[in-house]
Amino acid sequence: MHTVALVLSDSRFPGGGHVHSGGLEEAAARGLVSDIRSLGLFLAGRLRTAGELAAIFAAASVKCHEWSTLDEELDARTPSPAQREASRAQGRATVRAGRRAWPSPVLDSLVQATPRPHHAIVLGALTGIAGGSSADAALTAAYLSVSGPASAAIRLLGLDPFAVNAQVTRLGEAIQAVADRAVSVAGLPPADLPGPGAPGLDLLAEAHVRHHKEEVRLFAS
Amino acid sequence: MQADHVHTHPVNFDPTWSEPDHHEPAAEQGRAYRIGIGGPVGSGKTALTAALCRAFRGELNLAVVTNDIYTTEDADFLRRAGVLDVDRIEAVQTGCCPHTAIRDDITANLDAVETLEERHPGLELVIIESGGDNLTAVFSRGLVDRQIFVVDVAGGDKVPRKGGPGVTTADLLVINKIDLAPLVGADLEVMASDAARMRGELPVIAQSLAETPDAPVVADWVRSQLPVRTG
Repeated sequence: MHTVALVLSDSRFPGGGHVHSGGLEEAAARGLVSDIRSLGLFLAGRLRTAGELAAIFAAASVKCHEWSTLDEELDARTPSPAQREASRAQGRATVRAGRRAWPSPVLDSLVQATPRPHHAIVLGALTGIAGGSSADAALTAAYLSVSGPASAAIRLLGLDPFAVNAQVTRLGEAIQAVADRAVSVAGLPPADLPGPGAPGLDLLAEAHVRHHKEEVRLFAS
Repeated sequence: MQADHVHTHPVNFDPTWSEPDHHEPAAEQGRAYRIGIGGPVGSGKTALTAALCRAFRGELNLAVVTNDIYTTEDADFLRRAGVLDVDRIEAVQTGCCPHTAIRDDITANLDAVETLEERHPGLELVIIESGGDNLTAVFSRGLVDRQIFVVDVAGGDKVPRKGGPGVTTADLLVINKIDLAPLVGADLEVMASDAARMRGELPVIAQSLAETPDAPVVADWVRSQLPVRTG
């Protein structure tokens, strides 16, 4: 594993990740996630849907630099406008940190084509620029898809941090499997990349925006 | 140790020592000056922000970023106070971590500041109001040029003595609600002497917005910090 994967997946990386809960805030507000068991189910589901989609596009973006095409294809696989916005907000934030850490004409070309790029595409671009592989990018994206909501659960529900951490580590093999599948399709043309989806998460993301914009809302997504 | 390592300022590792921050943030050409307002919950950060908006109305091209957990609460307060147009207020979410958003990962706040700068060309001052937090919460020097830490007498007169980076290193410490001191049994002299002891030469202003709604002393301090305007 390349160190870029460690840096990008570290919660201390200043890429704006801490303001996103990946739908966990809305799920918690509705009582859908209330304890360790329900959190484990949420994380497993998110990993295999939103996480796998992110891993696929992160892995593809390491070598494929057709930024506009990748952007459009990921848009098409992200039906919720709120999730697209959350992805672009994190992508933009990661660009800000990435430009200082790994300045590169490749990154410049990404920002020129898509000023607010999707998070997964930025993860792949930065991984490639730093010398990492599609496997590094996929693993990073897959891990971030569960580590962010897990951290949000600790903050929102006051769950035992050791138990939450154990839930994340229990997903270790599943995270690796998601990353492996992403790597296996990383060479496909962007239009042919798979599009795993989670209508439930899409609806939660939309509800989060609609119901909480005027009320207490701690996370941007 | 590197032989060519030269310190341009004295280094002091005494944790009780208090001195101004040596890292002078250079305001980049053409961007708005940024002042952070932090402090515990309920100490009067939003009220001070509103007061400064009133004080600078017609004087400065101004905008505000709020970090309140109630995403529209502070914006509503400022709107009701009639001190600032709504399109000059941006609210950011902090993911339960106000201190993270102003210190460790300032991305959301930088995005908000840049959004305001794009929307209002020639912006001169952005006030970034932190969500209420603890005594260790300070703004990153990557986010603000100067920071004000606000405590209040109702929070207890021993707060300045407790120290913490907010009290000891903020460019200005404001002790708010001094009109309440007799009602809550707070000793203003103790607060002032503790603050002076903790902060060394850094300034402290005690005020009551009930008595001086436009915070004239703090506003003057802010004016003294602004870069000289050439326009």
